[in-house]
Amino acid sequence: MNTTIMLFLVQDGITNGAIYALLGLALVLVFAVTRVILIPQGEFVTYGALTYASLAAGQMPGTAKLALALGIGAFAFDLFVARKALHGRLVVRSFITNIVLPAIVLALTIYFAAQKPPVAVCIALSLVIVAMIGLYLYRIAFQPLAHTSVLVLLIASVGVHLALQGLGLLFFGAEGQRGPAVLSGAFTAGALRFTGQSITVYAITIAFIVGLWLFFGLTLYGKALRATAVNRLGARLAGIRTTLSGQIAFLLASVIGALSGIMIVPITTLYYDSGFLIGLKGFVAAIIGGLVSYPLTAVAALVVGIVEAFSSFYASNYKEVIVFMLLIPVLLLRSLAAPAVEEEKD
Amino acid sequence: MQSRLPILVFALVMAAIPFVPGMPPFWIVLLDNIGLAALVAMGLVLLTGVGGLTSFGQAAFVGFGAYTTAVLSTAYGLSPWLTLPLSLLVSGSLAVLLGLITVRLSGHYLPLGTLAWGLGLFYLFSKLEFLGRNDGISAIPPLSIGAFKMLSPGSIYYAIWVAVILSALLTMNLLDSRTGRAIRALRRGHVAAEAFGVHTPRAKLLVFIHAAVLAGLSGWLYAHLQRAVNPTPFGAQAGIEYLFIAVVGGAGYVWGGVLGAAIVVVLKEVLQSYLPLILPGSGQVETIVFGIMLVALLQLAPGGLWPWLMSFLPERTSGRKPDTSLKLEQRSRAPAEAGVLLQVEKARKQFGGVVAVNNVSFDVQAREIVALIGPNGAGKSTTFNLITGVLSATSGSISVLGKKVDKAPPQEIVKLGISRTFQHVKLVPDMTVLENVAIGAHLRGHSGPIASMLRLDRADEAKLLAEAARQIERVGLTEQMHQLAGSLSLGQQRIVEIARALCVDPMLLLLDEPAAGLRHMEKQRLATLLRELRDGGMSVLLVEHDMGFVMNLADRIVVLDFGTKIAEGTPATIKTNPEVIKAYLGVAA
Repeated sequence: MNTTIMLFLVQDGITNGAIYALLGLALVLVFAVTRVILIPQGEFVTYGALTYASLAAGQMPGTAKLALALGIGAFAFDLFVARKALHGRLVVRSFITNIVLPAIVLALTIYFAAQKPPVAVCIALSLVIVAMIGLYLYRIAFQPLAHTSVLVLLIASVGVHLALQGLGLLFFGAEGQRGPAVLSGAFTAGALRFTGQSITVYAITIAFIVGLWLFFGLTLYGKALRATAVNRLGARLAGIRTTLSGQIAFLLASVIGALSGIMIVPITTLYYDSGFLIGLKGFVAAIIGGLVSYPLTAVAALVVGIVEAFSSFYASNYKEVIVFMLLIPVLLLRSLAAPAVEEEKD
Repeated sequence: MQSRLPILVFALVMAAIPFVPGMPPFWIVLLDNIGLAALVAMGLVLLTGVGGLTSFGQAAFVGFGAYTTAVLSTAYGLSPWLTLPLSLLVSGSLAVLLGLITVRLSGHYLPLGTLAWGLGLFYLFSKLEFLGRNDGISAIPPLSIGAFKMLSPGSIYYAIWVAVILSALLTMNLLDSRTGRAIRALRRGHVAAEAFGVHTPRAKLLVFIHAAVLAGLSGWLYAHLQRAVNPTPFGAQAGIEYLFIAVVGGAGYVWGGVLGAAIVVVLKEVLQSYLPLILPGSGQVETIVFGIMLVALLQLAPGGLWPWLMSFLPERTSGRKPDTSLKLEQRSRAPAEAGVLLQVEKARKQFGGVVAVNNVSFDVQAREIVALIGPNGAGKSTTFNLITGVLSATSGSISVLGKKVDKAPPQEIVKLGISRTFQHVKLVPDMTVLENVAIGAHLRGHSGPIASMLRLDRADEAKLLAEAARQIERVGLTEQMHQLAGSLSLGQQRIVEIARALCVDPMLLLLDEPAAGLRHMEKQRLATLLRELRDGGMSVLLVEHDMGFVMNLADRIVVLDFGTKIAEGTPATIKTNPEVIKAYLGVAA
């Protein structure tokens, strides 16, 4: 092979790897805080991407309505849980976050969808819509199960994934979509051509990694999230609202998912069910990172991206086989390195 | 021991169903599918619900079973009956291969690992030339007995349900045995099971293989039912669905797997055929409803439907008392005058910079009760863990009857006749007291999993249960023998732990705070029991905070403070030792 092809493959791998890194980070975050293995992460990607693409094409995305519907559900859950002690303030706050907010966003979406809004507006609206979906999903599907085992949470996660994927087909149809580039323009350096889009991908990934690192290291909320991850009961006794931690984690995960989607939809065509596979590759990275380490996950994601790029060049038929089998040696190493002593956990 | 009557009734009902006049053939097809899913789910029940190992990869094993018979019976013309053992062998050996890698990763690595190789294998099925790529393999011969070919769903129905009921029986037999108890103890962590000689990685591998073989069986049946295979039903979605079937039914119960399969298969069918009538429109409305119902079901009954249904039946706490006249072989006792039983020499344990045990030396003689006391954090439980092989010492040596055992794993230590209880009770709460105690006798039984499945272990099993019953009687819990261990008070659970440790037939009994949570009378009874054991030739090393209890019972006391031994002697000398008083009260009195 010549150097140009190699460099090209590496570049392609890094661009994909950066996306997997973001998704891997989100998965690690959600798992650490809530013990939910977030299979629907892939749906956040497709929802973000396809909402953006639909808006840019001047179509009304169904996700905005879904956000309002889920918000109403979340409001009902809040009322039901607090039925014995309904404070006015609590009801008003829940009403504003769960109903007024998505209603306003829905109105904005309807207004803008009719007139082909600029890219920035599309991005902002898609992010807000998916963020709300993530937040309300936690309230409806996972918060009532927060005390159960990882397995039950996992199955619930699968249920949410199935429902969201089905809704995705309903909203966006079976055809794939592409969106406009977030940043157009390009420049060349030697044999390589860097598009504005790929630069955006790199920049946002790095920004998120640094941002998460600062958030968890320096802010009180970040520390509260980490405390919840280590010991739920202990965190509650220390006055941390663990449900708030879960909400923050889901909010971040859905924003990260949507952002990843918006960044790749100008590069590749996405279908309503593409998210699952993309999310799974983030998983591979997250597992290699041990579901705890952010930097390791990021590095692993780059490796996954590069391996994928090379195997699609040499053995495109076996691309997926190679990517998923990459895990086996990693697992092998892990099991040799740490014959983990684990204690009862249910 | 569960009664076999309900199973017989179930088998008869299933056998009669095809003869019901006017039975729509489509229902038989559904029942076939339920049976196929139930086989896989049953394996998952054992793997996930009982053993605590979550696998998303079962669909791949179904695939191996199906593809093995497909290739062998089409390309090589082998009889389907000949490919049955080969299908099971292929899925079983693959389980060994993948299991060796994945089973050691418990916690959340395991499910994700299985998801990953499940996907990898699925893509492999769809890319390999000799498996027909995405088109798969068709024209698979049907099962046949003589001239009778099982071409219709109604004729293979019996093959499927015979397989389901047989597998259920074998699986239940396995759970109700020596090996089964080891498997059921897995979910509660390794330490307790290993302290009684259970080789936990081997037990995990065993359930992994069992589940894979059941999945392979389902695949073999599937191939001959459909008479064609393609990769689609063996993908990640299917793997997730099998797990989901097990959880919906009740992941801890063999029949939960069958119930779950029935619910999910029927529900999907109903949703697929009726939803479009109610909600016309494009898209997979049934997937949406299915997903939502799944989450709702979990929120209402996180334990699954089978235990929820069973809770309506009257509770049965009966159970026959084992015949205690049966005896296990006893360990030959150390001669009465024998000297040092356990010798701890300059044992040291460091966790990073913390020295938990600092060059501690002491010994335990035959027929002696030694107490290890000290304030909280003195390193007493760490010393126990060093002796029993749960932790290995940083330096120093520990020997039993003159034989060095520093590097020996817990399973080897218990073979030498050292058994223990735990500071934090480690019983399996959903097993009866009798079953929990019988784990203590694990090494004194010999029946393997195959013998257990075929019920060839009954003589061995009766002896083990007899021994367990005898020890329960000895500690005075005969009344509670058939209750679930989790339903007992904490003090009683500690006593159950002692009975379990006695089942080892130990020379040396290590008790970690046995009197904590006991009432006054119970403490006195415990002290009497321990004296009896000593007089019978056993040595006891105990950690205890109740000074009255220790001073009256121990022959000798070793005092630790901040990991260092500060005193050793008879209760009388310890009581007046100024160092000890300082350690407990802060200043010299």
